Amino acid sequence: MRMVMTGNYASAYGAKLSRAEVIAAYPITPQTSIVEKLAEFVSSGELKAQYIPVESEHSAMAACIAAETAGARTYTATSSHGLTLMHEVLMWASGARLPIVMTNVSRAMAPPWSVWVDNMDSIAQRDTGWLQFFCQNNQEVLDTIIMAYKICESRRVMLPAMIIEDAFILSHTSEPVDVPDQEVVDRFLPPYAPELKIEVGKAMGFGSLVKPDQYMEFRYKDMLAMKEAAERVKAVEKEFKQVFGREYGGLLEKYMCDDAETVLITAGSVAATAKDVVDAMRARGARVGLARIRAFRPFPHEELRALASKVVGIAVLDRSYTFGAAGAMFTEVKASVYSCHKRPVMKNYIAGLGGRDITTKIISNIMDDMAVAAKRGVEDEVEWVDVAGLPRRWR
Amino acid sequence: MPHNLHEHSVSPLIEVRFHGRGGQGVVIASEVLAKAAFRMGYEVSAFPFFGVERRGAPVTAYTRIDSRPIRVKTNIYWPDYVVVLDSSLLEGVDVLEGLKVKGSVLVNWPDGKKLKDLPSKFRRFVLDATSIAASHGIGSQTAPIVNTAILGGFARICDAIELEPVLETIREAAPVKKQENVAAAREAYERTIEVTP
Amino acid sequence: MTKSYEDLPLTPIADTPSTMNLTGLWRVVRPLVDKSKCKKCTTCWKFCPDAAITLVDGFPVIDLNYCKGCGICAHECPSKCIIMVKEGEA
Repeated sequence: MRMVMTGNYASAYGAKLSRAEVIAAYPITPQTSIVEKLAEFVSSGELKAQYIPVESEHSAMAACIAAETAGARTYTATSSHGLTLMHEVLMWASGARLPIVMTNVSRAMAPPWSVWVDNMDSIAQRDTGWLQFFCQNNQEVLDTIIMAYKICESRRVMLPAMIIEDAFILSHTSEPVDVPDQEVVDRFLPPYAPELKIEVGKAMGFGSLVKPDQYMEFRYKDMLAMKEAAERVKAVEKEFKQVFGREYGGLLEKYMCDDAETVLITAGSVAATAKDVVDAMRARGARVGLARIRAFRPFPHEELRALASKVVGIAVLDRSYTFGAAGAMFTEVKASVYSCHKRPVMKNYIAGLGGRDITTKIISNIMDDMAVAAKRGVEDEVEWVDVAGLPRRWR
Repeated sequence: MPHNLHEHSVSPLIEVRFHGRGGQGVVIASEVLAKAAFRMGYEVSAFPFFGVERRGAPVTAYTRIDSRPIRVKTNIYWPDYVVVLDSSLLEGVDVLEGLKVKGSVLVNWPDGKKLKDLPSKFRRFVLDATSIAASHGIGSQTAPIVNTAILGGFARICDAIELEPVLETIREAAPVKKQENVAAAREAYERTIEVTP
Repeated sequence: MTKSYEDLPLTPIADTPSTMNLTGLWRVVRPLVDKSKCKKCTTCWKFCPDAAITLVDGFPVIDLNYCKGCGICAHECPSKCIIMVKEGEA
């Protein structure tokens, strides 16, 4: 049934439809309504789950790790400082190969204090061994949670996943979302049945000490699991499309890229706006396209290389910044493309930090700027967009 | 110059901006309007100006209505409609900012004469939503909740939106006093008038 | 012997309890208790990091399967009734 709901409710419905059995969470702006809604589902009996209120995000993830080790399907949600407080245990979750699914309502880091969107929090967790999905709308949030459980719980993956939902732009925006029937989801997503779990009466230690002679072998297995995850993302989405009729482009969604000269690469909700911009620019004859990094982990290396060999210019819009380097997406796209025989001109645009609106005008200006840079060469490889005091005007 | 994306659109997009104060139900109004339009078969999105809500502080919320799926996620800069739930905001907040020429403004204000100060390039509508809400016992007598009444008025001024789906949505959304809220919206629909130049 | 990654579980699993690990084999000095001086204060029992001391009629009894000979009990004993002696002597 199609209902008008916020991204946060879409997250809560996604967890409910996936029949999460244990939910442990600590409230934080702007994630709060996810856990409020789930608490409501649990107290009304609509969702049969153990709801564990905890005293911090670190504890929330620790509780999820324990529950998942005992064989329960678990869910949590957080944001910004909550996510970064989890950092240590995020690595534990992936190293222990626990397919926990979590929504991160992506919010800027303080100071300066901010409750608004940027992706710094999520990007800072890229090396934790979690799958990371950036969503462009509320439907994708709900659908990706269901898909994530199926991807992550498959025997050759067994890794956790983070569903990234832009603060306010998705979390507090109401839009139509198709909420699938429980029976259909049940057929798509069978109950969680891990090969190995804690069992009463059987003494076992998990995550114990491993000496240098064996540590690398475990890490090698994690690497293989993430490679397998890339394949599973595509396979599970194919199956999802057959059942639910919706698809999102696998690791990298391409929009109007076939004959494009200039392509914008970005992630999250800004990609949805950028599609309208691409349509408008094409209507006036510009050969532009959009490639949306849907999965930042596993990273779409092959897809990007195939795309890069066909275009003249690539603009990468990062909604975060890695100080001392560049935007993280830019760095990684560039690294993927480097060994291509034919490389496009590339430029990085940093925009929309701390909730600054990335308007349609800004997006089209970026694409125009990239088209010029592709012909005349790049002066500043990394450009900060819409910063007061800089000579260039973007709005 | 406004960057007008919609000139390329195949269908007209309606953009609405609500102004009110924390506690008046501004954000709920934007959502109820979206749900009413959705009930009519439109695609919609509704969102608050992403701030920190406090009672009494100026609050802004937005609704987009279109006949095709809405992808754009930016703020609304060039609304077709502006709805003001509290006339005291006319001083201090530029409620007409970006309103399109031939756009409409609906103000909760009993005194239509004063609205002649607003430029006549806009269509201007008034409605005494405060008295209507108070007479139906919605909120308190000193601070009536006017969001349902103002939506009745909006159905009157916006051709794309019919009254019945608005009333149905209010009936569904109102946590208490469903009949009273519906009656207030219906009365407001009847009592909304255009300010003539 | 290093196992191939293919033969390893997903994450390191210990499927036997740690009590199988007899840490008493590490011991080079051993605690000796002089019961005549013992005041049954239980200080040694509280401080033993390996929980290798049990109290029998209030007196400490050392479990030599797990006592590593660290000497904390002897150091902490207020009445100096525990002394450490070299293994094989006394």
